[in-house]
Formats: sequence, structure tokens, C-alpha cells
Amino acid sequence: MPSIKIPTPLRPFTGEKNEIAVSGATIGDALNDLVTQFPELKAHLFNGDQLRSFVNVYLGDEDIRFLNGLDTDLEATSQLRIIPSIAGG
Amino acid sequence: MQPLINQLGDLSKDEIRRYGRHVIMPELGIDGQRRLKAASVLLIGTGGLGSPLALYLTAAGIGRIGLVDYDTVDDTNLQRQIVHGQSTIGILKVESAKRRMLDLNPSVQIDTYNVPLTSDNAIEIITPYDVIIDGTDNFPTRYLVNDACVKLGKPNVYGSVLRFEGQLSVFYAKEGPCYRCMFPEPPPPGLVPNCAEAGVLGVLPGVIGTMQATEAIKLIAGIGDPMVGRMLLYDALEMSFTTIKVRKNPHCPVCGIPADQVELIDYEQFCGVPAHDHIEEEPAAGDLPVPQINPVALKARIDSGENLYLLDVRNPPEFEIALIDGVIKLPKPQIEQAADAVFSGRAALEGTVIGQIPKDREVVVICRSGVRSTDVIYLLREFGYDPRKLINLDGGILAWADAVDPTMAVY
Repeated sequence: MPSIKIPTPLRPFTGEKNEIAVSGATIGDALNDLVTQFPELKAHLFNGDQLRSFVNVYLGDEDIRFLNGLDTDLEATSQLRIIPSIAGG
Repeated sequence: MQPLINQLGDLSKDEIRRYGRHVIMPELGIDGQRRLKAASVLLIGTGGLGSPLALYLTAAGIGRIGLVDYDTVDDTNLQRQIVHGQSTIGILKVESAKRRMLDLNPSVQIDTYNVPLTSDNAIEIITPYDVIIDGTDNFPTRYLVNDACVKLGKPNVYGSVLRFEGQLSVFYAKEGPCYRCMFPEPPPPGLVPNCAEAGVLGVLPGVIGTMQATEAIKLIAGIGDPMVGRMLLYDALEMSFTTIKVRKNPHCPVCGIPADQVELIDYEQFCGVPAHDHIEEEPAAGDLPVPQINPVALKARIDSGENLYLLDVRNPPEFEIALIDGVIKLPKPQIEQAADAVFSGRAALEGTVIGQIPKDREVVVICRSGVRSTDVIYLLREFGYDPRKLINLDGGILAWADAVDPTMAVY
């Protein structure tokens, strides 16, 4: 099953879990599965059907904006991660 | 990448010995060390990230280092801000850092900017430096630093931390993407906590800050592969380091347009949060009203033997005319000169006349009418005095003469 790594700022919405197993043939399906499992996340990630512009989703080391976006195909071993905006110093 | 610095600074025999362990590495060599000597680096923030940056870049022999911070050291900083110390609590952070840096390497020139970085002053402050290092603690300043660096064509060595996670990159629009290519917009206010709210492992900014220092040295000397177009993600709990690609966005609103057309905006409004990470429980010291005491109440407290420090800030000829018994005479111009010397790094606070004014007692500041004394109180607040312990004699000597001592000459 593909997995999604959850950054610190979003962990309050996943019961503090840092990695979630998801199902889906595309990145869009996988993110939909994620927000179905954790409905509070939806408003933070999506604006309607679109990912919010401050949300960076990566497949491996690549920004999905430079792949096929939410339509990018996934494999069983795919690792997604949401890259947070953090500002501490 | 080509070295950022082509100029070669002169190294003395002693300096070649001091930097010997750099110089013997062929990647750096004597020319690399001479480039470091000729280079200037601006550290924005002297906190968690700025501390290791300041120490290691000073030790490495960077020729000139600028420090931008408007905060003072307090004890909650010392869990991670290791350039400061117990002995500099209450001192301006730029001054505190400068002292430690000069102790580590007196040949480095250190410029201090005791101001918040704003859209109005960013261009002036950043322009004289070769490498800019973002060690701030808030989103508005991060967007400001990015946009100003793009406008001026400077590399921005980026580091950021929260809880157990850190990020590192080099945003350099001439060679690759900028911060806005990766983060076009800030997150909505309230979604991402800051370190004051969510915490940060004290060692974490040490890890990220030392890596920022490494990147700065690499850029200056032109060695290795800088983190341009890449971002390192560090997770201290997993002890994992992951590198991801950062692509240049051809439609980036900042680095996608000609640099000279980049306009600095109101970043607090853009981000919807203030440009600092303090939890606002009470107004800043500068905004607190100055406590006042009337002459009758002051006389009663003096007579009851209270341990007040009475500070008369008028000029010597005025002391001749009228004087309250037991005051310490310290004219306002002397205090201002001392403050200038401390701000500019020419003197340590303890070595100046300000250093004799106690921080642990109530200080009643006195002048003729109460105006100059109020100015002095605001100035002393800059040096970490508890605002509640700096009290103004309301109405000054004139009010005292009127209410307490009618025999006193007035002028």
C-alpha cells in the first residue's frame, strides 16, 4: 500500500501519526482516502477539489506539480509526503 | 558553481596558522581561505539558527558579518541560542552575539543592526553583503528576505525548524528557484504553530544552522554542490535526512519577473501574522506606560528608608540651582553617549555609566519637568531594565519644589 508522510503541523489531525497507509491508483485517490480516514484534514489540504496552493505534495523526491498532479499514477510501494511550511528559527 | 567571491583577502602569517586546517585541504586551500576573508555575510536573526551560524562563520574567518535582530536575550533563549549566555541576559542580542564572536575571532568585522528587518530598510541593510542567511523565526520576514534577495540577486541560505523537524535549502534566483517557487503563499494564520507555541528541540537549530554555515562557505569558495534546487528535510526523531527537488516555477510572482520589478510588500498583511514569534501576553516593553510617582509619595518613600535609586539626569549647572538630597547625578547626554557606544559595539554595557544603574532596585528618574527623565526611561528599557522598576518623578524638580520643598529655587 502506498504511504503518506504527515508533517508536524498536520499531525494533530491524524492522531499524531506521522505516516498513514492509503489506498488508491492515483495521488488524487490516495489523498481522498487520507481525508476520508481523517476528515479534519480535508479543509487543510483541499479547497473544493483542488489542493490548496500552500500544500506541497511530493512523490519520492519530486513535486507532483511537475508530474501529473493529482492524476499521477501510484504503485503499491509509492511514498508520498506532504512538505510543510515551517518558519521557526 | 563558480566561487561567489573572486576577490582574495590578504592573510597574515598568524591567520594562515589559525586557519591551517582549512588551508591544507586542497578543495579550500589558501585561495579559498582568502575568499572567506574577502566575503561578507548577513545573518538575519541571532536566535536558534543564528547562534551556530554566528559562531562557526566567525571561527571560519569570514571577513565581515552583519547581525540583524531587535530582541534582547532572556533566559528562555538559552535552551538553544548558544551564542548568548547567562552573563548577557537583558542585553541586546546583536550586542551579546558580537561579544562572543569577537572573543572567538577578533579579526572578524561585525556590523550590528538593532532593528526589525522591514520592507523599508531591507534593501539598504542587505545590499552591502555577499551572502544572506535566513535565520528568522516567522513567515513575514522569510518572505521579505526572499523577495529582497531576488530583487538584489543575492543567494539566500534558508533554514527553518519546528519541534523535531528542520529544512535546509539555498534559494538563489540567478541559479535556480526561490522560496516562493516552493511556497508561493504562506499557510493560513493559525495552521502552522511557531516554536514559542509548539516547541523546538534545542539541538535542532544547531543541526540546521551549522548546515546553513556549511552552505555559505561552499558558495563563497565555490566548492562542492550547493543546495540550489534541492531541499534537505531532517527529522530528528527518525534521524532521517531526505533530499527533495525544488523546481523553479516559471510563473513565480517574484523570480519569474525581471529582478528590478520586484516590489517589497506589507508581509505581515500578506501572511496575516506578526513578524515575530513571541506569544503576545502583554504589550512590548516599549509600549508600556511609564510608571509615575508624585513628589509627595516619593518623599514619603524616601523618608521611610526605602532602598530607592534616585537618578537625576539634568545637566551640571542645573544641579547647582536645585537638588534633591541623595540623588545620583548622571546627565542625560552622558547616558546617551554610553548607549551609542554600546549600540555601536565600542563599549560593553558594564563599562559605561549605564552599567552603574542597578537593575534589581526601583530607579526613580528625575529632571526639571519630567520630559528628559521619561526619555531616559525609554532608553534604559532598551538595555533590559524591568519597565516596572523605572519610575518617573511626575513633574520633576518643579513639582517637587511646589509640593515638598518650597524653599527650593526653581528655574
